[in-house]
Amino acid sequence: MSDAVLAIEQLGFQYGEKPVLSDISVSLQQGKYYALLGPNGAGKSTLFSLICQLLRPLSGSLHIMGKNTQQHTRFALKQLGIVFQQSTLDLDLTVAQNLGYHASLQGMPGAITRQRIDEELTRFGLADRAKDKVRALNGGHRRRVEIARALLHKPRLLLLDEATVGLDQNTRDAMNTHLRELCDIEGITILSSTHLIDEVKPNDELIVLLKGKIKLQQRCKEAMAALGVETVQQLYRQMHVSEER
Amino acid sequence: MVYFTCFLGILTRELLRFWQQRSRLISALVRPLLWLVVFAAGFRAALGVAIIPPYETYITYEVYIVPGLAGVIMLFNGMQSSLSMVYDREMGSMKVLLTSPMPRSFLLVSKLLAGAFISTLQVYAFFVIAWILDVQAEPIGYLVVLPALVLTALMLGALGLLLSSFIKQLENFAGVMNFVVFPMFFLSSALYPLWKMQESSEWLYQLCLFNPFTHAVELIRFAMYSQFNAQALAVTLSCTIAFIGLAIWGYDPKRGMVRRKVGG
Repeated sequence: MSDAVLAIEQLGFQYGEKPVLSDISVSLQQGKYYALLGPNGAGKSTLFSLICQLLRPLSGSLHIMGKNTQQHTRFALKQLGIVFQQSTLDLDLTVAQNLGYHASLQGMPGAITRQRIDEELTRFGLADRAKDKVRALNGGHRRRVEIARALLHKPRLLLLDEATVGLDQNTRDAMNTHLRELCDIEGITILSSTHLIDEVKPNDELIVLLKGKIKLQQRCKEAMAALGVETVQQLYRQMHVSEER
Repeated sequence: MVYFTCFLGILTRELLRFWQQRSRLISALVRPLLWLVVFAAGFRAALGVAIIPPYETYITYEVYIVPGLAGVIMLFNGMQSSLSMVYDREMGSMKVLLTSPMPRSFLLVSKLLAGAFISTLQVYAFFVIAWILDVQAEPIGYLVVLPALVLTALMLGALGLLLSSFIKQLENFAGVMNFVVFPMFFLSSALYPLWKMQESSEWLYQLCLFNPFTHAVELIRFAMYSQFNAQALAVTLSCTIAFIGLAIWGYDPKRGMVRRKVGG
């Protein structure tokens, strides 16, 4: 467990009487890209809310860098960078002001904040947009700002909840390439939930969540070989069909 | 230092947002100024004000309602911040605050303090206009009243925060205006002294006494005349602490403030 960036054990959650997640056990290792695949309503966003402690689990446990998230809440949240499904930027503030607000919520001192904002905006090709209001940016740029913001405090685990939804194909491709570089170069672990199957690459670690249960956790190309399929679409369809039966 | 940095960030954001929405200041001032200029002119003759503490002589109706209108600015501001919390929650931006590694109680109190700071600024802007309109208190009163204003703003902000934790949708907010804001406003000493209310109806008078806003207004009124009202302070302070405690409880993830909001 101590090697895992995130270790989830027998996690369960329900809204009222309706079970949403049951017996979820997942382990994420450093520097890998995990694609969390599942249809709408599978429990992906609920799982994310449990990881970032917007909700408390009803059973099981979560450990980040070996520490229980409920006992070491501050430590656990400090390791997380989060991009939510809905945009959470303040449209009337500038890009730099949005990032500065996030930095202050992380308790980052002013001098380091300015340096990190410059670094992240440069990395995402947004250095010249720092003083623009977010309202003036297009959807792709806003998403990039959100990822830059999530990386500002140098988290160990980046959570992306359907982060590419609503973006055009070129922007999605560029973003997906960039995110995998973050894993390879910076050693960041990424857990990215999506229902867009074409975003999952053969070298990704694949986690399939169906009806609140983990149906698969394996490297994508190994899973495809084991099931004798050639594409992620075929793999996913096969799992979905067997689940329906 | 980390806590101070975080608080400063929250305060800066609230100030920037307030600056971006300057119409908020104008609308916050228009309402009490209408009461002060139009309503007071019409009711001056009808509502004679006897000599009651803290006043030592007969006063005009305009002078009487200034502390109440200061309270009204903060009451509406508290509800406005509640509305913006519900909006932030619906839009998802509340999650940015709630996933900060700082303690949640600290984050919520910081947000309250930032809101109280903005409310107090608005009240002083109102005092300046009232002064220009020749509705004046003793100059020292404007300084002495500062802690009373901050405490009142905190109490009303905390009430707004508490309400926002229970309001499921933005559409439900109209109910807050009908069932919280207007009753608190009219069942208080903001517009008329309570003895007038007692003359008309004993049970309405008792309701006014039960209303924490009445005590907040009296705290402001006495402080503006450099006097201290212990009962008003005790009620306002107790309600502030209770509302803050309940609001923090309302935003506890065990209760699942965002339960209805996650989906997926």
